[in-house]
Amino acid sequence: MSETNGSHRDEPPDEPGPEEPRGPYRVIGTPPPAQARTLLGEAEHISTEPVVRELPAGPDDPKKATGAERIVAALFLLSLLASIAFIAAYVALPVHSLDAVFRSNLALGLTMAIAFGAVAVGAVIWVKVIMPHVELVEPRKPLASTPEARAAFTQTFTEGAEASGFVKRPMLRRTLIAASAGLAIAPLVLLRDMGPLPGTSLRHTVWRKGLRLLVYGPNTPIRPADFAIPGQMITVVPDGYQDNQDALAKAATIIIKFGPGQLVPDTPRTYGTKMNWTVDNIVAYSKICTHVGCPVALYEETTHRILCPCHQSTFDATRGAAVTFGPAARPLPQLPLGVDAEGYLVATHDYYEPVGPSFWERG
Amino acid sequence: MTFTEKAVEGTGRFLDDRLRGAVSVRGFLRKIFPDHWSFLLGEIALYSFIILLLTGTFLTLFFQPSMTEIVYHGSYLPLRGVRMSEAYASTLNISFDVRGGLLMRQVHHWAALLFMAALMVHMLRVFFTGAYRKPREFNWLIGIVLFTLGMLEGLFGYSLPDDLLSGTGLRITEGVIQSIPVIGTYFAYFLFGGAFPGHIIIPRLYVIHVLLIPGLLLALISAHLFFMFHQKHTQMPGKGRTNANVVGAPMYPYFMAKTGAFFFFIFAVLALLSTFAQINPIWLFGPYNPSGITAGSQPDFYMGALEGALRIMWPWEWNIAGHTLAFNVFIPALVPLGIIFTGAALWPFLERWAIGDYSEHHVNDRPRNAPTRTAIGMAAITFYGVLWLEGANDVIAAQLQIPLYTLTWIARFAVILGPVIAYWVTKRICLGLQRKDAHLLAHGVETGIIRQLPSGEFVELTRPVPEQDRAALEYNRVNAPELPRTTPDGADAVPAPETRSMLGRDRVSAVRRGTEGIPVAADGHGNGHGNGHGAPAAVPGGAHPALEQDAADGADGEGHPPSH
Repeated sequence: MSETNGSHRDEPPDEPGPEEPRGPYRVIGTPPPAQARTLLGEAEHISTEPVVRELPAGPDDPKKATGAERIVAALFLLSLLASIAFIAAYVALPVHSLDAVFRSNLALGLTMAIAFGAVAVGAVIWVKVIMPHVELVEPRKPLASTPEARAAFTQTFTEGAEASGFVKRPMLRRTLIAASAGLAIAPLVLLRDMGPLPGTSLRHTVWRKGLRLLVYGPNTPIRPADFAIPGQMITVVPDGYQDNQDALAKAATIIIKFGPGQLVPDTPRTYGTKMNWTVDNIVAYSKICTHVGCPVALYEETTHRILCPCHQSTFDATRGAAVTFGPAARPLPQLPLGVDAEGYLVATHDYYEPVGPSFWERG
Repeated sequence: MTFTEKAVEGTGRFLDDRLRGAVSVRGFLRKIFPDHWSFLLGEIALYSFIILLLTGTFLTLFFQPSMTEIVYHGSYLPLRGVRMSEAYASTLNISFDVRGGLLMRQVHHWAALLFMAALMVHMLRVFFTGAYRKPREFNWLIGIVLFTLGMLEGLFGYSLPDDLLSGTGLRITEGVIQSIPVIGTYFAYFLFGGAFPGHIIIPRLYVIHVLLIPGLLLALISAHLFFMFHQKHTQMPGKGRTNANVVGAPMYPYFMAKTGAFFFFIFAVLALLSTFAQINPIWLFGPYNPSGITAGSQPDFYMGALEGALRIMWPWEWNIAGHTLAFNVFIPALVPLGIIFTGAALWPFLERWAIGDYSEHHVNDRPRNAPTRTAIGMAAITFYGVLWLEGANDVIAAQLQIPLYTLTWIARFAVILGPVIAYWVTKRICLGLQRKDAHLLAHGVETGIIRQLPSGEFVELTRPVPEQDRAALEYNRVNAPELPRTTPDGADAVPAPETRSMLGRDRVSAVRRGTEGIPVAADGHGNGHGNGHGAPAAVPGGAHPALEQDAADGADGEGHPPSH
């Protein structure tokens, strides 16, 4: 493993064999063909001469090694048995119910772990005890090529550039660059049909005048009298859209019942609840957090706080869902409520402002 | 000629006649791999990745990346009759009706966590030992890209089952994308094929998750390994190890056997985890529904810092000229990890410029011997760690009975103050450890034997540090490269003109900080002094009389002080 082994190469760099004709002469300083062919560039240290023995043939401690051999063999056999057990478990244990799946998972996982683990442990013992301990030193050459090699590279590259005329013929060069730019940009238009333009769709929900509020889950309309205990909060969805995920992603709403006088009215000076949008102290807010859109699902009755479980934005339900803590910057929009002829809660209009997270065009 | 030789020669002739590999493959077999436990961390990531490919391929045989709504009629009773997407139904099917399906799902998920964890720890190892230095900057940069891609790959992967938790994650992703100024809304609409959730996001994430990103990861990992192989691995300082050699065991048979065993070991550990530690039991969460959520929604751990950044942020939003700037969303989404990734990518070049060290390094630093780098690394860990913990603030608050808002306020301060404190404390610890090393080198190892001298004085016997350990203790400091001098010789000397500009002054200060250290005063190497290292700033004259005594002892005695 010496570094001065250039002379051992089968193709000495500067003396091409007289008997065989070659291609163009190699530029001085570039690697000889044999070296250039080694993909990983590691061959430089390897002499082609027979080498002195570097690894001892036997273990450091033959006695220990014999004992270790038995252990390793036993572990490998254990792995084989575990693999057979794995197949047996696969064949024998059914799935199709929670308990059965857990039993199957336990059996398959355990046998798999043993099958892999036993080989791993065995191989480690093999390396540590049976293989002799060696520490070899490999020389490390500087990564940089010699100045001659670099000069030759520069020359080769420059020759190529000159021969191609890329440098000398600016018209060719510039038009090629222009063509490449076109080729790079033109396909981007293909991405246009990935989705529709947003337009004003983020500004609206499906709520409209007269649309009933359905209790989410049972999907039944609700009268103010059915929702009479202060402190209650339920999720409602627009009638007819209870299974429409795209609609619910914006239209999901919560309604909260308050006692008389608990709601703080909106005034020009302080933000509060728009009282003419409430019915019998029932107030409706968007359930979609104004931070990044999680449903605000937690309500603490004693403090009237609505909490988003994702990032803990907190809104005061008595004050028009104004933000009291957390990263959300805007109150939850309030939905104007009314009752229809049959006495059910309905929306009297869509939300007056966009619900959910902020976006550039929101304004 | 033994049987083995005959067999090898026969096969070898067949192959070599056709492929000519005797020299190069022999070089490959004899390639030396240095040994250190920390070099296994990258292997953990590599093998987790291979396991991800294997288990992931299995999962694709059964998974339906479709958002078509169906009614579930499978084996899991509680969800029978529930409307759900085909993606969710097929994930239930993999879990309950495919034998070994649950195991493979869990191995896949655990392997993803292990992959990201191993990447993190591997990057930290490379950072703290200075293994990213010239000539290995490319691999460092590839590593950062791998980590970023890994985060995306993981996020998209755990979004595929379309359960309530993963849908919530997608909702947050959509909200974050929407907050990006100017292009955000369009980006979100193009990605989701319209308004959230739409009907196309799962198939799109699926192809990105199983084809695009794995392809990129595979290409980058191959390049990473090729560079590592070509440049040869770094080694930890030790006896006989220099910048001009590689000391260790050869690839064949040692490294092959060990690394093969390690692959099996990782597979075994993942199988055990998947047997006994349930992960992502999607059947408990139910199908996604935009108006449903559970408390304690947490992303996978590698997204925790982003989640924490979102939680910690001030509610800051501007409306200007009819446009909304949601600082409260896009700043935490982009800035904290942006600082860490950009900082990490620039660091090798910044450090090189700052201390003027342009030489090749193949022997790693012990972290204590680069106190400033180590301190900056610890500051970054603290910054990331606070955000990461804040990402689970609701869980922590519930477990430790701390009010949630208090915890967020603590995190808001800690994310700024923590890194400063960590920097300072780490630096002091590093210098203290250097002092300990210097003391060991100068005085030897304490034996615990006390002897009384004829004069009545008690002394403790010491013995010299063994040669092997000595090399490790000394290497990085006595072999530090000569750095360009940027400080004048004496107090009266005129500073070099190039150090007087603002940049120049910064650089002088950077050199002073970057090379701060305790001189190794033993056995006349002398390099500890006078090359810009061992700046006296670290040991103010007279403040440490004991240390000066050490230095004096080391300087006049030849080698180690006598062990009496």
